Amino acid sequence: MKTATAGPIREAPTASKRRTYFEEGGQTLASWLLTTDHKRIGLLYLFSILFYFAIAAVAAALMRLELITPSGDMVTSDSYNKLFTIHGTLMVWFFLIPSIPAVLGNFVIPMMLGARDVAFPKLNLLSWYLFNLGGLLATYAVAFGGVDTGWTFYTPYSSTYSNSHVITMAAGIFIAGFGTILTGLNFIITIHKLRAPGLTWFRLPLFIWSLYATSVIMVLATPVLAITLALMALERIWGVGVFDPKLGGDPVLFQHLFWFYSHPAVYIMILPGMGVISEVVTCFSRKPIFGYHFVGGASVAIAILGFLVWGHHMFVSSQSIYAGLVFSLLSYLVAVPSAIKVFNWTMTLYRGSISLATPMLYALGFIGLFTIGGLTGLFLAALGLDVHVTDTYFIVAHFHYIMVGGMVTAFMGGLHYWWPKITGRLYPEKLGQLAALIMYIGFNLTFFPQFVVGYLGMPRRYHAYAPEFQIYNVLSSAGASILGAGYLLPLIYFIWSIKHGKKAPPNPWNATGLEWQTPSPPPKHNFEHVPVVDQAPYQYSPEAAEEMVHG
Amino acid sequence: MNFPILPTAASKVAQQTDALYWGLIILSLVIILIVFCPIIFFLFKYRAGKPADRRPVHLPEMTIEITWTLIPMFIMICYYAWGAKQYFVIERPPPGAMEINVVGKQWMWKIQHPEGNREINELHVPVGRIVKFTMTSQDVIHSFFLPEFRIKQDVVPGRYTTEWFKAERIGVYHLFCSEFCGTFHSGMTGRVVVMSPAEYESWLLKGEPGSTMSESGERLYRELGCSGCHSGSSIVRAPPLEGLFNKPVPLADGTVVTADEAYLRDSILFPAKQIVGGYTNDMPSFQGRISEEELLQLIAYLKSVANAAPGLRNSLEGSP
Repeated sequence: MKTATAGPIREAPTASKRRTYFEEGGQTLASWLLTTDHKRIGLLYLFSILFYFAIAAVAAALMRLELITPSGDMVTSDSYNKLFTIHGTLMVWFFLIPSIPAVLGNFVIPMMLGARDVAFPKLNLLSWYLFNLGGLLATYAVAFGGVDTGWTFYTPYSSTYSNSHVITMAAGIFIAGFGTILTGLNFIITIHKLRAPGLTWFRLPLFIWSLYATSVIMVLATPVLAITLALMALERIWGVGVFDPKLGGDPVLFQHLFWFYSHPAVYIMILPGMGVISEVVTCFSRKPIFGYHFVGGASVAIAILGFLVWGHHMFVSSQSIYAGLVFSLLSYLVAVPSAIKVFNWTMTLYRGSISLATPMLYALGFIGLFTIGGLTGLFLAALGLDVHVTDTYFIVAHFHYIMVGGMVTAFMGGLHYWWPKITGRLYPEKLGQLAALIMYIGFNLTFFPQFVVGYLGMPRRYHAYAPEFQIYNVLSSAGASILGAGYLLPLIYFIWSIKHGKKAPPNPWNATGLEWQTPSPPPKHNFEHVPVVDQAPYQYSPEAAEEMVHG
Repeated sequence: MNFPILPTAASKVAQQTDALYWGLIILSLVIILIVFCPIIFFLFKYRAGKPADRRPVHLPEMTIEITWTLIPMFIMICYYAWGAKQYFVIERPPPGAMEINVVGKQWMWKIQHPEGNREINELHVPVGRIVKFTMTSQDVIHSFFLPEFRIKQDVVPGRYTTEWFKAERIGVYHLFCSEFCGTFHSGMTGRVVVMSPAEYESWLLKGEPGSTMSESGERLYRELGCSGCHSGSSIVRAPPLEGLFNKPVPLADGTVVTADEAYLRDSILFPAKQIVGGYTNDMPSFQGRISEEELLQLIAYLKSVANAAPGLRNSLEGSP
């Protein structure tokens, strides 16, 4: 069968004749909590990460309120330190890392491959339980005293000096990490073994390529985080000297271990976003992607190079300056594959038939914000300049452009794109476009001033600050309130759409890709017949699309 | 309302860092133009429903991809070299510096001048002199950040790190701790007062320092009993310390190390770690018996005798 052509897709059986994954298997609580259906697990992840996101977002809101005035007058210094630790740990490990992989990846990977489920459905459910066991420990640590080390847990502060719930939080992250490893493992094996007949590696959607690269990082890097946190706990609980110089340890060793995980983890937090953008940009410009092999290859290159740049977090740490030379060079080189992706997305628009539906607005927003985030990364990779801007608000702005401007924007884009598939309902398009615009404005107003105030010298993690930094902090806090509205709006209309949204056809976007060849929402086992693939992905035709527009 | 864009540049290094900053801003603007202009143009020209030429064209894909791989790579390497050059200027103190010692602790900066003056969260320096800081922490990691000089260096317990500047403008500037260090991290701030050399001299005198750092070190050298073994006339045989600083030291395990600050510090706190060739380890550890400031004073004393001749007894036996 032809898998991918523009124009109307084969009519799937109508909703009245078939059962969706919501109905199949039942609607009891147990049917959800004991499910092995990748689609239901994706939704379980969605609800869980929204819970952690809400806590972390409240922490951010309180910080932005505190920072409106230079003096620390709203919360105590200890509370402030706990707020940014809660924000960082929950956002990184309990929202961003699982966001696209565990929610959207779980939902669409098997369908994109033409499979009935992931390779190990029970393991998939175990991942979710591990994730939440870790998440609940972290939540416990937050609720009963908090943690004040920052998400980076630098020693010897975390291992010897901090009087907060460091061990509980570390244990939470440690356990959730096993969930991440198992998810990565599951995806790798699924992509290797469960591709539909004819779906060769170079016929895979780029979302699969990017999640494959992500999964490899998850499997290889996360164990190092586990080891690092375990060593820190050993020192904290039993006084085994690893990092504290008073016990004969080396505090900088912790930073090497931590960033050996956490820098690749940054790519766990952006590669999946890039995958979503490749899907959306092709679909809404009705063009095959420009440079398929290069976009896919760039994901792999980023995954590999990403393991070799950790020392760029440590240019002023007392690391050897010659090591700094190597890490800086590699950091500049890792920028190249990211640039290649941006150029190829841009070129894909050429001679397309572009519509600015909500997912496309998010994709364009992603390209803009990710480009700024990436370019400011070059400032930080420049050794001599990093000395001045590291550990200031400049770096805070930079990584928020990547993680929020990049990953969260892509997550929102992907959520809108696949929402009809997930729920069988359409979201309200006009409100969707409005929310995307609000988010874009709010985001830039929040984080652009932080570049400036960072270069002026405002250090990060400051509860109180010098008065000349105030104007930029006020702008930032104003932007954050707009950004908050931009997040609330989709939450409201998504919930509304589940009951009241228009019923979604199997393929509302006329997209290629196997996930659109099955009804919305899909049956439990995704496909009535195993699909067969006989051509490259993204066989869009802008001319055919134009004919449809003009009737 | 006032929207400052750059902090004062109070040194030549700061101006050079600013130049690199502007260089990167220009690069960013160029790339933003190269990426955003076509995107905006395409969005208008190829908007769905708008008549335009959409026939598939056969572009030389390989050539295009290689071009936009190699050109950015070349630009990256140029900027890399620029950044690296500036880093080496910042990280390697020029010779002839005035040496100031910094000890960080939760949540204050303790500063000792060679003349013996001490201050907390304030740093007075003369304009036009190269000032080199030797820094350590007595608890967690801190970072000594001087934004007007565009320099920053982590201050790490258990090791010495260095940082330097040469102030070109008289004025009062920020001093921040920029590595999170606990509850009052954001209060671990201070100011750098850059004065004319004459004012600095009178400031030094006003402080009534009593004894210089190396004098304090020499007193400790006697009080802690170092001189009992390390001086030429002693009965216990220990390596002589005169003329030692910055010289190569052959160790018992056959390696050779340079007797820099870190070596001296380790030898006082962990004597068993590196044993000088020809000696046995009879020295007790001074860990916990000596503060970071006292260590720095002892080292200042050993530096002050860096050019002295070794003691009589050792000169007869031959240098180890």
